[in-house]
Amino acid sequence: MRYSLLSVLQQAFKGQRDWTPQWRDAAPKASYDVIIVGGGGHGLATAYYLAEQHGIRNVAVLERSHVGSGNIGRNTTIVRSNYLLPGNVPFYEKSMQLWERLEQDINYNAMVSQRGVLNLYHTDGQRDAYARRGNGMRINGIDAELLDQDQVRAMVPFLDFDNARFPIQGGLLQRRGGTVRHDAVAWGYARAASDRGVDIIQNCAVTGIRRENGRVVGVDTTRGYIGAKKVGLAVAGASSQLAAMVDMRLPIESHVLTAFVSEGLKPLIDTVVTFGAGHFYVSQSDKGGLVFGGDIDGYNSYASRGNLATIEDVMEGGMALWPGLGRLRVLRHWGGVMDMSMDGSPIIDKTHIEGLYLNAGWCYGGFKATPASGFCFAHTIANDAPHALNAAFRLDRFATGAVIDEKGVGAQPNLH
Amino acid sequence: MRIDCPCCGLRDNGEFTYLGDASPARPDGMDASPAAMLDYVYRRDNPAGPHRELWYHGAGCRSWLVVTRDTRTHDIAEVAFARDAARARDAEKAVP
Ligand SMILES: Cc1cc2nc3c(=O)[nH]c(=O)nc-3n(C[C@H](O)[C@H](O)[C@H](O)COP(=O)(O)OP(=O)(O)OC[C@H]3O[C@@H](n4cnc5c(N)ncnc54)[C@H](O)[C@@H]3O)c2cc1C
Ligand SMILES: [Zn+2]
Repeated sequence: MRYSLLSVLQQAFKGQRDWTPQWRDAAPKASYDVIIVGGGGHGLATAYYLAEQHGIRNVAVLERSHVGSGNIGRNTTIVRSNYLLPGNVPFYEKSMQLWERLEQDINYNAMVSQRGVLNLYHTDGQRDAYARRGNGMRINGIDAELLDQDQVRAMVPFLDFDNARFPIQGGLLQRRGGTVRHDAVAWGYARAASDRGVDIIQNCAVTGIRRENGRVVGVDTTRGYIGAKKVGLAVAGASSQLAAMVDMRLPIESHVLTAFVSEGLKPLIDTVVTFGAGHFYVSQSDKGGLVFGGDIDGYNSYASRGNLATIEDVMEGGMALWPGLGRLRVLRHWGGVMDMSMDGSPIIDKTHIEGLYLNAGWCYGGFKATPASGFCFAHTIANDAPHALNAAFRLDRFATGAVIDEKGVGAQPNLH
Repeated sequence: MRIDCPCCGLRDNGEFTYLGDASPARPDGMDASPAAMLDYVYRRDNPAGPHRELWYHGAGCRSWLVVTRDTRTHDIAEVAFARDAARARDAEKAVP
């Protein structure tokens, strides 16, 4: 069914009775041309692009739980392309451009909202660093504006500009950044892929990867063996576990990141703001809750829940930035397992095993990458070679030294 | 999560800083081939289960600790001074 104003009106008169499921809940076939492991945003987007751009439709997405149960349904929905380093810059800008036409491409309301992302600075040194970043973006044709204190005041007057320790001096604004409804991204790609012939198979965990003569031939799953000519891994926090099935050790640690939502409020903040003197960021969902978060907990974890020390730290950051937050109640908080890479940048590459491809290392910022990641991973799988946009996201960059360390902190995942 | 520091007792994890997996040992001298350094600097087992890891008690006794913790539940099975673990490892190496 195609969604349109007309279909919404028709259903309104029919008592909403004729809506059909958005995608087929498929059972596994004996074999596929391509199996994508992981039904998160990246896996589903990859399947969509395999079918749409490369005509490869005999594809299955295997998800151990249900679609949307992973980080795609847990993130704080922020999208931006304010990167500095070659490798990252063109990739994230491609992603931003794909967000801008996503809803038309997949005929789905993903609530893409270019409300702007404003990174605050509190010191002269930070202003210089943001000026450099903004210039780097503009040289590459990406929008960026360096704002002074008055300009920031005009946008978000309720912040604590004269805080004794962390006065707000200004900010770097990317107006094209913003938020996208995370669940809708998963559902929209699932529907678009399914419509193009892709089997989306839920409650199907991959337990082994089979090889013959050094080539991948299929996967063992909790729903039996499924053959495949090619297998792409897009399992985010579980990447090391899948890699271990073929005796690979990845430059990745799994860490927990916590997000929070407050009780619902009337419209209060119409952009995304990040605090520059600690780690805290906030936006408001269309339901009215303030959505906010901060640092990862900082230790290896597969628990999907964080600890109080980090929660305290996030709240302190929030209070330093916006004291009015203290009057609010937190409705809930939750965690997700992040695939933190050793240089803070992702991997989209072939592996040394023929027919096995890897998409991993997204850290806490892989939501914004979803469309471009799917686009590039599908290209890499279909052509057995990377696209120019992911040519820098190689797995062997850790051996060659061509790491992409946006923060410049070295091989320490909890600092990225 | 609380860590039972052998010097300070049961303390909130916010007092500690995490470094990472305690198992990688820096290859030295002629053993430090590019492949060995790649393993040491970048590659990790990253297990879902028991994990031996280094924590620093910065807001306490300032000792480095080796904590054995289950990464699925955050349950801590064992905490020891990193110094003792390192000496034990060296003692093993020294055996002819
Ligand atoms: C709290 C939080 C806030 C975040 N905020 C942002 C943000 O504001 N902006 C941003 O850009 N990014 C953000 N991120 C990061 C972003 O969500 C992730 O980088 C991204 O979603 C990861 O890709 P994915 O969607 O494919 O992952 P997932 O949705 O986690 O997909 C991986 C899937 O693989 C499945 N899987 C695992 N093992 C197996 C197996 N053996 N067999 C079959 N399936 C398996 C999992 O069940 C899961 O569904 C945030 C993350 C969290 C947790
Ligand atoms: Zn101590």
